[in-house]
Amino acid sequence: MWREAALVAGKDLRIEARSRVGLWQVVPFAVLVLILVAFAIGPDNASLRHAAPGIFWIAVLFSTVLTIQRSVAIESGEGTRDGLRLSGIDPAGIFLGKAAAVGLQLLVLQIVLWAGVTFLFNVRVHVFWLAIVTSLLATVGLACAGVLYGALSAGLRVRDTLLPLLVLPVLAPVLLAGSKAWQAALDGSSSSGAEWLRILIPFAVIYLVIGIVLYGPLQEAA
Amino acid sequence: MNSIGTVSRPRWLTVVGILGVVCMGFTVWLGLWVTPPDAVQGNLARLLYIHPPIATVALYWAGGVALAGSLFYLWPRTRSFFWDRLAASSVEVGAVFSALTCITGSIWGRPAWGVWWAWDARLTSTALLFLLELGYLALRRVPADPAVRARRCAVAALLIALDVPIVHFSVDWWQTLHQTGTVLDPGFHLHVHGSMAWTFLLGFIAFSLVFVWLLGVRYRIEVLQDRVGDQEMEVSLAERWSEGSDGSELVGVGPSGHHVPEGGAP
Repeated sequence: MWREAALVAGKDLRIEARSRVGLWQVVPFAVLVLILVAFAIGPDNASLRHAAPGIFWIAVLFSTVLTIQRSVAIESGEGTRDGLRLSGIDPAGIFLGKAAAVGLQLLVLQIVLWAGVTFLFNVRVHVFWLAIVTSLLATVGLACAGVLYGALSAGLRVRDTLLPLLVLPVLAPVLLAGSKAWQAALDGSSSSGAEWLRILIPFAVIYLVIGIVLYGPLQEAA
Repeated sequence: MNSIGTVSRPRWLTVVGILGVVCMGFTVWLGLWVTPPDAVQGNLARLLYIHPPIATVALYWAGGVALAGSLFYLWPRTRSFFWDRLAASSVEVGAVFSALTCITGSIWGRPAWGVWWAWDARLTSTALLFLLELGYLALRRVPADPAVRARRCAVAALLIALDVPIVHFSVDWWQTLHQTGTVLDPGFHLHVHGSMAWTFLLGFIAFSLVFVWLLGVRYRIEVLQDRVGDQEMEVSLAERWSEGSDGSELVGVGPSGHHVPEGGAP
């Protein structure tokens, strides 16, 4: 299963590396969200600093939807999904591979956004381990839940409008916990931030396990 | 003209409906006229005869039936469209009750908290539940083969059900203004007495009966819709045929569901 997952992830990442959709569309979009929300809040430095963690995670969430749509679109060509299904690869392997590819792209995106938040909103992370653990756990949750809902909406003509409606309310706990944990990492209060990991850990584990179990039936239904 | 045949309405459903309406009438009468105003909250407390029952229906009854239906559909041994339709009907009725929970909660919040919408944990998580249910219903409306749609929706319902506790806990930690355990404390000792307690209890029964009734009615519509879906092609073909023959129109549905144009086939 792991070898197959690595194969699928490698395939998705190679396609991304060659098409550069993530690099030229998703990353600029995420930075654009940072700037637009800052416009909406106003140029006051104190309020921007206060809102920075929330803006960061909103940008991550919106970009997750785009990344998932892209991950589904790779498989939407004529007979591509059937090809993948008939290749004999374990559905769990496909799920893990696709989630790993999405997760890796989201991590790169978060590094860019981290730099963007630091530069634009003049904030500094004081508890590094907390920020990094939060990002890693949130990424696992976002990627797993995203790929699952992506599979749910795959092959539908209304996919592009349906996916955000399906997936964004589901990801709300990640937005909440991520923002709060990052706020703590910025303020330097690691204990209050660590509390929020108690939301992120079950979220990531549940969607990882459910994805491994349910991806097969979902593929059949798509 | 009845072009899709009839599906008989079970008698028990009519009885439940009548009982629900009667109980609801009594709840309104007791809640508005018979019970005294609350010592602390005054007339505002009357809203509590309907708000907790609506929330209970939205979260536990509707959520429970939807989850059970989806699980039974996904389990190969119990797989049948009965469970799929039941789950879908339950989500739809549940969405109405979730919206009502938000609305009644918000009406209560205006005088109690001074704002229509407080970012209170339960209100916020109910609003998110409502949006999740809308997502399910949107997925449900996407045209697909019935078996494909059923499986897709069952998985979606399962995912939503898994998400609801996480949403609840996260929002709970985020902020909480909502009072806990007003009526029943952790030892299940009733804190409301006399006519108020009876009205409160009646409210629960009334809304539960209305839920069962709406669920039954919605299930029947689901069956009829599926039947329409099956016969749509045959109906439109029959209509095309009948256009050709002079003065003819459809006269009804045969026992097998086939439409017989007057004057025979062209």
